[in-house]
Order: sequence, then C-alpha cells, then structure tokens
Amino acid sequence: MNRIPILRLGKALLVTIQVDMHDELALALEEDLTQKIWATGARGVLIDISALEVVDSFIGRMLHAIASVSRVLDAETVVVGMRPAVAITLVELGLELPGIRTALDVERGMALLSRRDDEGAEGDIERR
Amino acid sequence: MPDTQVAARLLTQNEATIIAEWLRLQEVGSGLGSGRISSAELRVQCDRFLTLLRRGLADGGEAVQDAAFTELRDMLRDLSRSRAIQGFTPTETATFVFALKEVLFGLLQQDAATAWVLSRLLDGLGLYTFESYQRAREEVIVRQQREIAELSTPVVKLWDGVLALPLIGTLDSERTQVVMENLLQNIVDLNAEIAIIDITGVPTVDTLVAQHLLKTIAAARLMGADCIISGIRPQIAQTMVHLGVDLNVVTKASLADAFALALRRVGQSVTRPALATRTGA
Repeated sequence: MNRIPILRLGKALLVTIQVDMHDELALALEEDLTQKIWATGARGVLIDISALEVVDSFIGRMLHAIASVSRVLDAETVVVGMRPAVAITLVELGLELPGIRTALDVERGMALLSRRDDEGAEGDIERR
Repeated sequence: MPDTQVAARLLTQNEATIIAEWLRLQEVGSGLGSGRISSAELRVQCDRFLTLLRRGLADGGEAVQDAAFTELRDMLRDLSRSRAIQGFTPTETATFVFALKEVLFGLLQQDAATAWVLSRLLDGLGLYTFESYQRAREEVIVRQQREIAELSTPVVKLWDGVLALPLIGTLDSERTQVVMENLLQNIVDLNAEIAIIDITGVPTVDTLVAQHLLKTIAAARLMGADCIISGIRPQIAQTMVHLGVDLNVVTKASLADAFALALRRVGQSVTRPALATRTGA
C-alpha cells in the first residue's frame, strides 16, 4: 500500500497530499504522523492539500483528528492551500475544522508556525 | 351541422365587418394610442388571428388545447410575449381576445349554441394570452435577477493581500453562493490574506443572512484567509443582537476602520509624510 511521505523541515513536519485520499490512506497517515511527531519532537505539522480536489466528511474528520492528536503532543497543525471548492464543501458538510490553523500556502504556513514558536520560546523564558 | 362549423362559416361570411369592429373596440379599450404598436401592425395580427381561428374551427377544434388550434396558440404566445416586452399591461394584452368576443356576440344574438362554443373558446384563448404574458414577464425578471447577481458582487483589491467585497442588496442562498465562490476564487488568485466584507448596502440582516455570511467566512478561514466585517448599520446591529445572531468575527464600523486593521495585520501602516506636518505647522 502506498504511504504519504512525511518530510521534516526544521521543527516542523511537512505532509503534501498529492494523490486522492482514500480512507485507508488517511488512517495510515494519521498513524504515521503521530509516530513521527512523537519521534522527532516536532512543534508543528503542515498539511498541504492544494492538490486535493475532492474531500468527504471522512477526510474532514481525519484532519480534525490529526490536529487534536498533534495538539496533545504539543505540535500545532496548519492546513495550507485548500481550494475554494473544497472549502465550500467542508462548510456545507458542517466541518468548519475549529482548532485548526489555516494558511494560503506553505510559505505562509511556515511563517505562522515560526511565529508561534518564537512566542512560545519567549513564554518559556518569562516563566523561568 | 356542428356548432363549430356554424361558427367558422359565420367568421368567413362577416370577416370584413368583424375586423373593422374588432379594431375599433381595441382602440377604445386598450392603450393603443400611446404608439407602442401601429394600427397597421395590429390589423395584421387581427387578420392572422381570425384566419387561424377559422381554420381551427373548421377542423373541428372546440377547446384551446385541441390540436386544431396549435398554430393559433403559437401565434398568441408570440403576441403575448411581444406585448409583455413592449410594456403593455395584462389587461391590454387580454383585451386583444376579449374584444373579439363582444363583436361576435353582436352577430350571434339568436344562436345560443354557437355563442356558447365561441364564448368558451375565446375565454380559453384570453386566459392563454394571460398565461403566456405572465411567463414572458417572469423570464424577464429571472434574467434581470441573474444580471443583478453578476453585477453586484465585485471583489476589489485594496492592497497587496487585502481584498474588499462590498455587498449590495439582499442576500439569499443563490446570491450567497455566487458571492462565496467569487470571493474564494479571488482569494486564491490574488493570494489575499485578509478579506473585508462590507455590508453597508445590505438592507436587512436576519438569521439566514447571518448564517450565509458565517459560511462564507468559515470557508475563507479554511483556505487561510481572515475576514473582517464592516459597515454594520446601527439598526442592523440592534436587530442582530435581538435575534440572538452572534457573528463571532472581527467587526468594524466602517470600511476605513477595517482597512486600517487589515493593513496592520499585513504589517503595513499609513503615515502622513513628515514634510506635510512641517508645512502644516
């Protein structure tokens, strides 16, 4: 079975979904990603779905699950590059993905993560 | 001889009288003096109508739906449509048929059976003009609605990464769909981080409109763009609070305020040049 590659980029993990997601693939991704976050101590997860043309409620829930799991492991999830049609579908399905950060493209997503990282670091210093 | 044949013969025998009288009644009864239609044109229409009616009757047609009257129905439909577009009222349009009834009844005083056949037929034809007229008007309305929907949802680029969407008019489901698609596509095309939705021109905001707005905002957020709502008028603010509508997004009183906030968010600021301050002082 194919797996979706997870790339490490500094303190973040980058997942680019370039094939049609079927349910098994989605489940495998969730599992792999959780492992990888735990193994690398990543602070952020970028999921690039700009190539994704079709989503269903399952994929929507999967994104939500990944975000929740990541948050437990102290990594923030940013979904980037969602297409208009996909966004409309998700909203119509009632999946507005609360708790997930979004960005227009990977570059801005990275900027968002590093900004959050900086703030987090300052917070740490202040606490000490 | 069947009543329809009697009626057909009557029309043939008195054609000239009928047409003259019919035209006279129409000129009195409908707004033909306003020059929307010439009397020569009207005469052609009357001739044609009478010919088709006679042919239909001779073929044994009794009711409007009969196959014998297909041509007549087509003719009436075209006529009603052109009247509707020329701006005639429904009454004026239907008078075209009803005036003929008056003429024929004058000729038919003794023959009750034929009068009944003709009366029913002409009533049916009159109603048919009305229906066609109505349909033509509705087509015009639908077309205009579509044009308005297309015209009234411009997406304006205010700055690099800042879009504005000035909404004007009532928001219904269909329009919101157009607005939403338009906005989201523009967010992608122009790579915009912030979209300002200005609702100064929206007359009322009820729960449905608010829901439509929220959907648009949620979709934009999913794509990674933030929305700011501006231009909520005092009455609308009150209505929204009383209805229990909670937009739960950043709102600003005016487009200018929203724009200032948007600029701050994208890391820009507007300042007066130092030179101007000096000359002013």
